[in-house]
Amino acid sequence: MRNKLVLAAASCLAAVISTATPVLAQKQGGTLRIYHRDNPPSASIHEEATVSTNMPFMAIFNNLVLYDQTKPVNSMETIVPDLAESWSWNADKTELKFKLRQGVKWHDGKPFTAKDVQCTWNRLTGNDPDKFRKNPRGVWYRNVKEVAVDGDLEATFKLSAPQPALLALLASGYTPVYPCHVSTRDMRVKPIGTGPFKFAEFRGNEFIKVVRNPDYWKQGRPYVDAIEWNIITNRSTRILAFVSGEFDMTFSQDITIPLLKDMKSQAPKAICEVKPQYVPRNLIVNREVAPFNDPKLREAMALAIDRKAFIDILTEGKGDIGGNMLPLPEGNWGMPPEVLNKLPGYSPDVEANVAKARKIMESLGYSESKPLKIKISTRNIAIYRDPSVILIDQLKRIFIEGELEVVETSLWHAKVARKDYTVGMNLTGIAVDDPDVNLVENYTCKSERNYTQYCNPDVDKLIDAQSRESDLEKRKKLVWEVERVLAEELARPIIYHDRAATCWHPHLKGFVQHANSIYNNWRFEDVWLDK
Amino acid sequence: MIRRFLLMLLTLFGMSVLIFVMMRLVPGNIVDILFDSAGFIDPAEKKKIEKELGLDQPIITQYASWISGLARGDLGYAYVSEKPALDEILPRIPVTAKLAALALFFSVLFGVPLGVISAVRQDTALDYVLRVISLSGLSLPSFWLGLLILMFFVQYLGWIPIYTAQPPTLWQELGLLSIPAAAVGFRASALVMRLTRSSMLEVLRQDYIRTARAKGASETSINYDHALRNAVLPVVTIIGIEAAFLIGGLIVTETVFNIPGVARFLVEAIRWRDYPIVQNLVMFIAIVTVVINFLVDMAYAVLDPRIRYDE
Repeated sequence: MRNKLVLAAASCLAAVISTATPVLAQKQGGTLRIYHRDNPPSASIHEEATVSTNMPFMAIFNNLVLYDQTKPVNSMETIVPDLAESWSWNADKTELKFKLRQGVKWHDGKPFTAKDVQCTWNRLTGNDPDKFRKNPRGVWYRNVKEVAVDGDLEATFKLSAPQPALLALLASGYTPVYPCHVSTRDMRVKPIGTGPFKFAEFRGNEFIKVVRNPDYWKQGRPYVDAIEWNIITNRSTRILAFVSGEFDMTFSQDITIPLLKDMKSQAPKAICEVKPQYVPRNLIVNREVAPFNDPKLREAMALAIDRKAFIDILTEGKGDIGGNMLPLPEGNWGMPPEVLNKLPGYSPDVEANVAKARKIMESLGYSESKPLKIKISTRNIAIYRDPSVILIDQLKRIFIEGELEVVETSLWHAKVARKDYTVGMNLTGIAVDDPDVNLVENYTCKSERNYTQYCNPDVDKLIDAQSRESDLEKRKKLVWEVERVLAEELARPIIYHDRAATCWHPHLKGFVQHANSIYNNWRFEDVWLDK
Repeated sequence: MIRRFLLMLLTLFGMSVLIFVMMRLVPGNIVDILFDSAGFIDPAEKKKIEKELGLDQPIITQYASWISGLARGDLGYAYVSEKPALDEILPRIPVTAKLAALALFFSVLFGVPLGVISAVRQDTALDYVLRVISLSGLSLPSFWLGLLILMFFVQYLGWIPIYTAQPPTLWQELGLLSIPAAAVGFRASALVMRLTRSSMLEVLRQDYIRTARAKGASETSINYDHALRNAVLPVVTIIGIEAAFLIGGLIVTETVFNIPGVARFLVEAIRWRDYPIVQNLVMFIAIVTVVINFLVDMAYAVLDPRIRYDE
């Protein structure tokens, strides 16, 4: 009995202590300082496809819905309301209705209404007279027939085909709602949003500053008074500045695995989280040019790739082997090893793959004394050049003698669009871990971002089928089927998925880095400085 | 004098044609690069933007439009930021000017006296030490030296931050700029010192120096009144050349120290094929160079009364 009493008393005490432990209270104020790696091409998120724009300007805006900023893995389950208070689908998933938040104001004081939602998607689908100068994600909304409004607080997306994953696209950091009354030109220079921070100044090649929106509709947010981004193009300088405490946070995944050791030794207290970038390194082959119009030659190239060697050399073993979709465990659509290893060129027996590739090459008339001489084109940036050099080395084993052709980085897409290459090393950033982004953008016949202009109507049908599918498991099977066809046809062989670190000092609280996208967690309304 | 002025105008005209043509010979244009950040090229939209920017016009028309705008003080709009080019260029000039002036000040402050000492104490231990220092100043790559200095002053001593925009006072700004200026000035002072030394050695062997000594003039008077004044002409030339270089040539220093000056901006503008910025900035640098050369020529006449330009 006595023992029971002691136990009960101890339990009560423990309960009191646990409830009495103070929750670390968020502090208001201070300026969050982050370095930026380069000059953003403009401030208009809708017109760019780079984290350089997305990261500093996302906090100016709100979406209809958003990936929960406090949950590290983006999925349909982590989508939370933003400007939309709630949403509902019709029975056949061709209409998505949003009830909008009342009393929200743009930074210039004008009221936010459903018209702004309609206007944003009219611009994205090319149905507004004030078109975006560039519209890289127009293809995301290929099923959107129109956005209908009912009063000021209701907007309905009407689709030409069921697309349950539309919600995932709307939750991305790339999908802010723009004000109807501000021109697309002004949004590139002086953006106006409804978000937690107001645009203050963007001085090209120098800095970007956003300040707290005192009228933000979310009570008590944001915590910091301002965010300052200093643009420092020299990596050594910016890391030095972070280490010396001039910045609270690094740019997104700016710290590569080899640099991480230096960072940890110079700033041992810094929090550095290594996460996948979801920017897969891939091989682009101009299949219209001989001899690469021969599928056998392309098969030999696929077999010659030793993915593990790339990962070991470039990421000290931290990268991942996968298909187009982000590999497991972070990726929602990654293939399990038993499926992945069956794809052409993915067998772990590299020597057997190479032997098979050599036989194919010999049958095509190539040998050590009579190699195939090619140029391997890539952008003049280390993250492009380094894997290219390894690729050249690996291709030597199958009698392909590659010469590296470095292309001035800003001319890369123009060159690829002209098909002025035979083989190229490429990087592809994926905004949302969903096939309706990755597969649609990169492999459907009509997508403008399908650089290699790979077009297979059967693949298009499969991509459409997975897009219509509501059942997650069935959808996964369809996605893996697409992966198999793309790998067999060497549409754009994925070499590896990289990982890198974002670092911040311990006084920066409330920041959660997302694990399966680098584009969706820059709202900064929950972060605070414990200085 | 008038002839020299006309020559200056001719040089500037030549420069304007050269930079205009060269920029258009470089592959790719702003529209390709604008689309690069969107990850695709839309041919129809590309044509539309080219038309908006006047890039579809014949090159002569484009040139005439630029020059007539320049004459009116209208530098056009920057393609990337979509702001007036003048607003983009103007704030960067004082930053570079202050950095260049400080670097030049350091180079003269240390270069000339040390050059004289090295010449006067020729082949002594001091001369050897100074020669080694000057040689290292010329041979150390500026990016490496810059990074070393940054590590030392920023990371270990914590004396200066990485350059921040808009320091509150001029003194704070000069304090910030003094470290990169010292890094640049080290190389420039090494150059000035070596030239001063060799020039001094040549002059010190002249007959009139021997005569001055025979007359009983003091060593200080011989070195500074008689020798240095005659040895300084080539040094003035090199200081002039350095001054012109410092306005547009501090790319590495501005990048490593993150200084938002003219040179770094120019490189970015070239990368973006931002023609209005590149053309106007290069013309600005050309004007500064021509004017500095003109001032150096004038300084010759002041330093050496035998030189007269009006004869």
